Amino acid sequence: MTTFLHRRAWLLRLGAAGIVAGGCPLAASAEDDLSGGDPLHSMQWPGLRKQYLGDAPMRFSTDVRVKGPAFADDAMNVPMFIDARPLASVGGGVARIDVISDRNPIREVLSFEPLRALPVLAFRFRMEQASPVRALVQTRDGQWHVGGTWVQAAGGGCTVPGNSRADGSWSRTLNQVNARFFNNVLEGSQRLRVRIMHPMDTGLVAGIPAFYVETLELLDAAAQAWWRLALHEPVSENPLLTFELPEQPSGVLRLLGRDNNGNAISAQVSA
Amino acid sequence: MTRWLCVLALAGAMPTMPATAQVGAVPIQPRQPVALDMARLDYALQPRQIADDVWVIEGAVEDFSRGNGCNIINTGFIVTGEGVVVVNTGPSRLYGEQQRRAIARVTPEPVVRVLNLNLHPDYFFGNQAWGDVPVQALAGSIAGMQAEGQNYATNMYRLCGDWMKSTEPTPAREPVVPQKLQLGSHRLELIRLEGHTGDDLLLVDHGTGVVFAGGLVFAERVPTTPHADVQRWLRSLDSLEALLPAIPHAVLVPSHGPVGKGKQGIAQTRAWLRWLSGMLEDSARRGLDLSEVLQAPVPAQFQSWAAQPAELHRTLAQWYPVYEKRALLGQMPNK
Repeated sequence: MTTFLHRRAWLLRLGAAGIVAGGCPLAASAEDDLSGGDPLHSMQWPGLRKQYLGDAPMRFSTDVRVKGPAFADDAMNVPMFIDARPLASVGGGVARIDVISDRNPIREVLSFEPLRALPVLAFRFRMEQASPVRALVQTRDGQWHVGGTWVQAAGGGCTVPGNSRADGSWSRTLNQVNARFFNNVLEGSQRLRVRIMHPMDTGLVAGIPAFYVETLELLDAAAQAWWRLALHEPVSENPLLTFELPEQPSGVLRLLGRDNNGNAISAQVSA
Repeated sequence: MTRWLCVLALAGAMPTMPATAQVGAVPIQPRQPVALDMARLDYALQPRQIADDVWVIEGAVEDFSRGNGCNIINTGFIVTGEGVVVVNTGPSRLYGEQQRRAIARVTPEPVVRVLNLNLHPDYFFGNQAWGDVPVQALAGSIAGMQAEGQNYATNMYRLCGDWMKSTEPTPAREPVVPQKLQLGSHRLELIRLEGHTGDDLLLVDHGTGVVFAGGLVFAERVPTTPHADVQRWLRSLDSLEALLPAIPHAVLVPSHGPVGKGKQGIAQTRAWLRWLSGMLEDSARRGLDLSEVLQAPVPAQFQSWAAQPAELHRTLAQWYPVYEKRALLGQMPNK
């Protein structure tokens, strides 16, 4: 994990900025805005932007809808809903969606390439403390569009073992898949909900190394991918993922993936 | 210096008064706000008489917060003539101590028995103040207090801050079984129902008609559900309603919500549970994600209730994953 070094770096930057701004704490000019124009007013944002977007063009956008609970009652399962459909006709459409949580010890939650799916995704993840949660959405023209929301939390979700780890039951169900289609939840779309049984250990619990699903994709009978997903440690135990497909794929679908120990995920999904 | 004074919908501004020599039920008056003193950690507990020998100490009809001292529960006591029976001990050691002093201001009779009506923290976290008195609860409740007390404490310290000073979860010590007992001039009955938690204790004072209904009944406040079972809870509400005709002039004291609204609370709690379970089932059949259910509108009849929407969101986070799983595993047909 590289986030610790990054965190130190931005703490130093913030410290330096604080000295400059400290002489005039009530001034609210743009120059004193330590959050770099972040609508969520998070001082982590300038560092995050540099780390994840570099010098690429970006804008904060309400076209990226990020919905989460005002308060995460279950910090091990914080439900998020990302909807970037307004960008479907912008800049060639959505190429990828990266989800990050500013104040998590592991900030990267997942990266989603919608491909032939709609740029919509629901999932749950673990939060260690209250934080902005952001979707960094890149359209095919290279432009980044950033949306986010604040989630308050008592926290602690990253540093306790999940139920199946605590009771040891994970090994009996590892990488089993349940999937089901639902019609018209969003108008004219097929919803696919997928659950993969996996302990999704963050590596932040003493004596339990990181063990998590890294990749997942949905392939049709012609081996064409409908979406691809890269997951990181904070995705909740037994990930429950919700996708939207604009049409019903024909033939047999396969869900393929693997975890970071090389265990394969392979399941048929029938409509 | 800022002195924090929070105005609360607590007990009526009735001064302490002799508990004896009154006949008939005392009219239940609207509650007056009472100032709680955050600097001195004084809950300003004011017992209010609701029937001959029967008193309540009302909590705020709100969610837990530092501003209300996390005092959101209605406790009570009955001065029987052969000792005082106390119902519930509040959210902290300080509450228990202040409750004890408040009771002593009302009556010189000794407290002979303390009841915790279920396993939730605000029902028993004041037990530390009652170490020299038999503190009783249903056996299942005691087991739950022992198992979960430390987790509750972690949460309560975070939510309530200094109000929790020196509070250590102290489960009830004596298991009690459903029974009738005569104490002084009072015919008391302990009834076990279930559904809000695994073991819900009710105390009925047959002479005055006062029913301490515990957590089975919420009035004008979103019910809490961490240990709930909807079907059992609904059956218990039916059982409770069936009991009432046999209790003349019944006055139902809910643990949460205005004391005078206890009877309406039965219908309110039932309506809430039915709406909630139906909505969850329907949402799961349609394939909604928890994140979408959290955004779902609440019917107008429930919108003004206290602890809305925080308590609803807690319930959704606890319950909806179970419905989702059933839908995903094909245990619910598509709609």
